[in-house]
Amino acid sequence: MDYATLLQILDSTLRLTVPLLLACLAGLFSERAGIFDIGLEGKMLVAAMTSGSVAFLTGSAWIGLAAGIGASLLWALMHGIASITFRGNQLISGVALNFLASGMTILVAQAAFGQGGRTPPLAGSARFNEVALPLADTLRGVPVIGPFYADVISGHSLLVYIALLCVPLTWWVLFRTRFGLRLRAVGENPAAVDTAGISVSRMRFTAVLITGVLCGIAGAYLATALQAGFGREMTAGRGYIALAALIFAKWRPWGALWATLLFGFFQALALRPDVVPIPVAALEALPYVLTVLVLAGFVGKAIPPRAGGEPYVKER
Amino acid sequence: MRQIPRWADVVLVPLISLLLAAICATLVILAIGQDPVEALNTMVTGALGSAYGWGYTLYYTTSFIFTGLAVTVAFHAGLFNIGGEGQAQLGGLGVALALLFVPWPHWTVALLGAIVASAAFGAVWAAIPGWLQAKRGSHIVITTIMFNYIAYSLIVWLLVDVLRPPGQAEPATARFAHGIPALSDIPGLNLVFTQGIPANISLFLALLACIGVWALLWRTPLGYEIRAFGKSEPAARYAGIRPVRTIMIAMALSGALAGMMSVNNVMGESGRLMQNASEGAGFIGIAVALMGRNHPFGVVLAALLFGFLYQGGAELGLWTSIPIELRIVIQGLVILFTGALDHMVRMMLSLVFSRRKVA
Repeated sequence: MDYATLLQILDSTLRLTVPLLLACLAGLFSERAGIFDIGLEGKMLVAAMTSGSVAFLTGSAWIGLAAGIGASLLWALMHGIASITFRGNQLISGVALNFLASGMTILVAQAAFGQGGRTPPLAGSARFNEVALPLADTLRGVPVIGPFYADVISGHSLLVYIALLCVPLTWWVLFRTRFGLRLRAVGENPAAVDTAGISVSRMRFTAVLITGVLCGIAGAYLATALQAGFGREMTAGRGYIALAALIFAKWRPWGALWATLLFGFFQALALRPDVVPIPVAALEALPYVLTVLVLAGFVGKAIPPRAGGEPYVKER
Repeated sequence: MRQIPRWADVVLVPLISLLLAAICATLVILAIGQDPVEALNTMVTGALGSAYGWGYTLYYTTSFIFTGLAVTVAFHAGLFNIGGEGQAQLGGLGVALALLFVPWPHWTVALLGAIVASAAFGAVWAAIPGWLQAKRGSHIVITTIMFNYIAYSLIVWLLVDVLRPPGQAEPATARFAHGIPALSDIPGLNLVFTQGIPANISLFLALLACIGVWALLWRTPLGYEIRAFGKSEPAARYAGIRPVRTIMIAMALSGALAGMMSVNNVMGESGRLMQNASEGAGFIGIAVALMGRNHPFGVVLAALLFGFLYQGGAELGLWTSIPIELRIVIQGLVILFTGALDHMVRMMLSLVFSRRKVA
């Protein structure tokens, strides 16, 4: 494998990491606040469909993004109502909402466009197009680093850079603000937060809605940046891989970046049968197999937020 | 929260959940500009209006009983097995290998071989995530989901590159030498089912499995251990129940049940292994188990309901412009209302019952 091939693989690694990263950070907010969310997949899917449709109808990727976030928020709200307000089983709620997303996206896309559950292809301003970072062409001549900067770091859509910025932002919000402290406390010991006079439900709803926003961006990225339009089941298990990455990252923002880069790299390898000489089906299964191996072997001791998955019942 | 009578908890809670899901589904149909009354008509006529329709409804019911029982057994051990789909696919592989490579003298013996092979393959595919959870602490929900994707790729690879007979374009195995009788082949029943139907004698196998699961869970020490472990792991551990063993057995049983649905679809209906043979039945098992309140008897009723929904949904896809995926929406709604919003339904009911007492 020569340097140019490596750069190509790293380039697609970054592209494929972004939806995983956004979903992983989304799950981070929710799970740090004590709400398990299997439904990242479904939220990304509805956001992808909505943003693809709206971007096609309005011709604006930005309006599409807003609509995608809106749809994802609706799903997040349903998860919040089921698991916070009515203290339902969070895993089951997530699974249910994933099925709902899987069916609804096809139903709505079929009713709106009649193309077998896809949205029409997007072009021009209906997509987030690639932006070149400053000096990309000037620096290309510099050995090793120059092509890396020009081909891997530069030349992605704006959402890629937004996603990368979300990592330090998430770290700052969770570990350097009062809001973040309370959010983490709600996931570890909700009774203590309640004693301090802060509403547990409110904190948890806020976290779940932040999850919705991030999943919305991830879904919009899939339909309007990574690809040109929505296709059936286009999330392809990314929501679940993001959950695995979250455990691998031990529920930390920077860990989330490294973990999702690793999984993104697996996915990028799976697209290159010329580099990895194994049958295509095995290559397709590779990210899932590696997810299992990573979860089974190399995680070390991953301690989830202590109150995760348990509904909070106020003492009377 | 006030207690509600036991009969209301057992009967009214699932019925109201179902009603709420039906209302939401109606709204969805209206929202995509279709006629819900026409949709219901099409579904009832297509699934229940003729012996032919019943033949399909009962065929789906058979699969859903198996996958519903699979989820039920795991639930009782406190494990959420979302991997029924992959386990069913692997069960199909077991059936195919047993029927293709062993020269069975008679279909009855072949049926026994297929049952054992499907159960074994499904059990192994579920036991690996079980082992990973018990020994390595991997989250079983995520591992079983990953195993669904891996199973899918594995079957595609085997069908395209290994098991496909030379000269055949379609990714599928050769036809099996033995099938099993459809309900329409049975003397007596053939007076009712005059046309060829996919429902076959594995329906009786499914009903036997129900009795078996009931007896196992509520009439044997092993069943007691599984249920105790599911209720409280620390308490079970204190009582001397071995966690690793219980998880492994519960998952293997669960996978075996999911795998056995392949006797119905792979050996019975198609007579060969094709891509995506289980058609999402593994996921339906989650809805069936929740709707059936994790009891084998309830599972039968819920499986019948979903058999109707599945066959009715297929008819919708054929005769109306409502996409067949409406089935997935209804499935999601049923899981949501019965599994996650059950407290909401109970709160509503407890209001009704407390008001009646005052009056």
